[in-house]
Amino acid sequence: MPTLIKHRKLATAADTWTLLQEGEAFPASGDVIVPLSLWLGKREVLLKRVGRTGVWLKPEDEPALLAHDFAVLPLIAVHFPAFTDGRGYSTARLLRERHGFGGELRAFGDVLRDNIFYLSRVGFDAIALREDQDAAQALGAFGDFSEAYQSSVERPQPLFRRRTGLSA
Amino acid sequence: MYQYDEIDQGIVDERVAQFRDQTRRYLAGKLSEDDFRPLRLQNGLYIQRHAPMLRVAIPYGLLSARQLRKLAHIARTYDRGYGHFSTRQNIQFNWPTLESVPDILAELASVEMHAIQTSGNCVRNTTTDHFAGIAPDEIVDSFVWCELIRQWSTLHPEFTFLPRKFKIAVTGATTDRAAIQVHDIGLQAVKNAAGETGFRVLVGGGLGRTPIIGHFIRAFLPWQHLLSYLDAVLRVYNRYGRRDNKYKARIKILVKELTPAVFAQKVEEEWAHLKDGPATLITEEIERIEARFTRPQYQVLKANDVEFDVALATRPGFAAWVKRNVHAHKLPGYAAVTLSLKKTGVAPGDATADQMDAIAALADSYSFGELRVSHEQNLILADVRKSDLLAIWQAAKTLGLATPNIGLLTNIIACPGGDFCSLANAKSLPVADAITRRFDDLDYLHDIGELDLNISGCINSCGHHHVGHIGVLGVDKAGEEWYQVSIGGSQGVDASLGKVLGPSFAQEEIPDVIEKLIDCYIERRDGDAERFIDTVRRIGLEPFKQQVYARATRTPAPETLSA
Repeated sequence: MPTLIKHRKLATAADTWTLLQEGEAFPASGDVIVPLSLWLGKREVLLKRVGRTGVWLKPEDEPALLAHDFAVLPLIAVHFPAFTDGRGYSTARLLRERHGFGGELRAFGDVLRDNIFYLSRVGFDAIALREDQDAAQALGAFGDFSEAYQSSVERPQPLFRRRTGLSA
Repeated sequence: MYQYDEIDQGIVDERVAQFRDQTRRYLAGKLSEDDFRPLRLQNGLYIQRHAPMLRVAIPYGLLSARQLRKLAHIARTYDRGYGHFSTRQNIQFNWPTLESVPDILAELASVEMHAIQTSGNCVRNTTTDHFAGIAPDEIVDSFVWCELIRQWSTLHPEFTFLPRKFKIAVTGATTDRAAIQVHDIGLQAVKNAAGETGFRVLVGGGLGRTPIIGHFIRAFLPWQHLLSYLDAVLRVYNRYGRRDNKYKARIKILVKELTPAVFAQKVEEEWAHLKDGPATLITEEIERIEARFTRPQYQVLKANDVEFDVALATRPGFAAWVKRNVHAHKLPGYAAVTLSLKKTGVAPGDATADQMDAIAALADSYSFGELRVSHEQNLILADVRKSDLLAIWQAAKTLGLATPNIGLLTNIIACPGGDFCSLANAKSLPVADAITRRFDDLDYLHDIGELDLNISGCINSCGHHHVGHIGVLGVDKAGEEWYQVSIGGSQGVDASLGKVLGPSFAQEEIPDVIEKLIDCYIERRDGDAERFIDTVRRIGLEPFKQQVYARATRTPAPETLSA
C-alpha cells in the first residue's frame, strides 16, 4: 500500500477508499474511487450504493466533465502514470481554480517525494506516494522552498503582489 | 545586472540544499538512476561521454565580472581549467564529478547564479538580444521582461514536467539578434500608437529534427498580461502536447497538427479565464525589477574621439578589428566590443579560466563590470568608450580574443559534438577547426564577407545548423560519421531554413566542400555588397550543387569497370 499524506501529515486513520481500475466491477458497498468512464456511464447507480464515491482521472481526462458533480463527489484523484508526466498539475489547478472543487484532491501513481512541493502548490491536499517512498522522510519536502514566485492554488497572490502589498 | 533580493537568494540557496539531498540519496542508492535523471537534468547535470556535464544558466546572457571570476574559479577547481559558452547564452563545464556538483551549485549561489532548468522538459533559460539596452535600433529594453520571465518560469508549479523542453526568446529591437522565430515562444517587444509596451507573440518555431519558423498568434499583447498569456500557452501545451514520441513532443508539432489558427484559438480560450487574474503584472513590479538592475553610469561624451580616429587611420589591424568586432551603441562616444572566442585552433565558445579572469578585468576597467554572452558564443563588452577601444584591442590581442571575424565564416557556431556529447552522431569541433585553418587568411576572409557557418553534431541542432548560411550536420551512416551540408539558412527578421545540398560527405572532405561553395559565391556574386546568403537566395541551390558535386564524382569501383 502506498503511504498516504494528508494535509501535510501522515494520514493517521486507515484509508477507506478502494481504487477501481477500468473495467473492474464495483462492489455493493464501501468507499470506491472509480474511473471517469464508469462515473459518466453509471453515475446514478453508483450514487445509490452504500458508501461514498470518488472519481479518478487519467492525465488526458477532461476535468470540466466533473464540474457539475462536485456536490456529490467528496474525492477526486489524479493519476500520474510517470512522475515526468505533468498533465496532472494542470488538471489539479483547473479543478481547484476554474471549477472550484473543494473536496479531497488526491495524487497517486508514480509520485515521489521530489514532486511534493509542486503537488501541494497546485492544490493536492492528499498525496499517495509510490510504495517505495519513505513517507515520514518525505514530509520534509513540503518545506523544500519557503517562497515561490508564481500564483498558485496554495498562494493565489504571486510573490510580486505580496512583495508590493498590492493584491488583485 | 539584476541584483537578487533576500527572497531570490533564498530560493536559489534552497535549491542547492534540495539538490544536495537528491545527490546524497542517489549516491546512497535510495534514488534510482531513472528517478534521479529528470531531477539532475533540471539542475543542468548530464551524464556525458567522459564525465558529467554541468550547464550553468546565464540568464538572458548577462554576466557581471564577479560572476565571470567565479566561473573561472569553478573551471579551475572542479574542471580542467576551461568552460564552453553555448548557443543559448549558458556556460557548460565538461569535466566535473557528480559528487562535486552540489558544491559547484553552492559556489554559483554565492554570486547569484544557478543551474536551475538548464536542461530537462521544462522552461529553459530565456535568451535575448546581446545588445539589449544599448542597441541604436532598440524599441524596448528586454532585460526587465526577461527577468520577469526568469522568475515566472523558475520552479513553476504547473509546468516543470512538460512534454519536452521549452525555450523562450525575447527581442526589443527591429533587428532580431535573438532568433525569436526559431523558439518555442518568441516575443518581440513593441510599442503601440499610444506608446505602451506590448509583445508580438510567435509560437512553434524551432530547429531540431523538424525545423519550423514560428507563427504569429498575437499581434499585440499588452505587457500587463505577459505572464497570464504565457500561462495559457504553456497550459495548452502541457495538456495537449504529445508525450508518446519524444521526437514529436515539442510545441511546434502541436501547433502544426492543430494548425496555428486553432492553436491560437485554444490559447485565447484558456487565457480568457486567466486574464486579469492575480498573475496580471503591475507597474510597481516593473519598477521594482528595473530598480534592482544596476545600469551603467554613462558619461556625456562627444561622438568622435580624435585619438580613436588617428588609430583607425594608421593601424590596419585595429581598423579590421573595429570593422568586424566593434558595434554601434545608442549613446555618442560609446561602443560595444565582441571578444571573439573563435580563434583558429580553439573550439568555438571555449574560454580558459585565465581568459575568463582577464576578461573580467577588462569588464571592470572598461565596461562597468558587466558583460554579455552572445548566442554566437562570444563575449561582449557592451558599454565601452571609443577612446578606450585601442587599449581594449591591444589587451584582447594579447589574450587571443581579438580575431576580427565576427559575422565572418570563421565565427563558427558549433555544439560540443561527439568529442563530448553522448547524443552526437559525429564530431563537430575537428570540423570547425579544419574549416578555420583553411580560411585562416584574413584578407580572404574579409573579402568573403558576412557568412554564418553553423555546425551541429546531430539532429538535436544545438549548433543551429538549420539557420546557418552554410549549415553542417553530423549524421550516422552504418556507424560512420558523415556530414550533410545545407545552404540558405538564416536567423533574424528574414529567418529561413537551409536546404540540404545532396549526399553527405566524409569529415576530411568538408573544408573542400566549403571552399567550393565559397568559390561559387565569389564567381557569381553581384558585387561584394551581395552577401553569400543573398546570392543563394537569388540564384538558388543548383549552381552550388553543381560546383560541389561535379568534381566529387568518384571513380567507379574496379569490379564495375571490368563488368
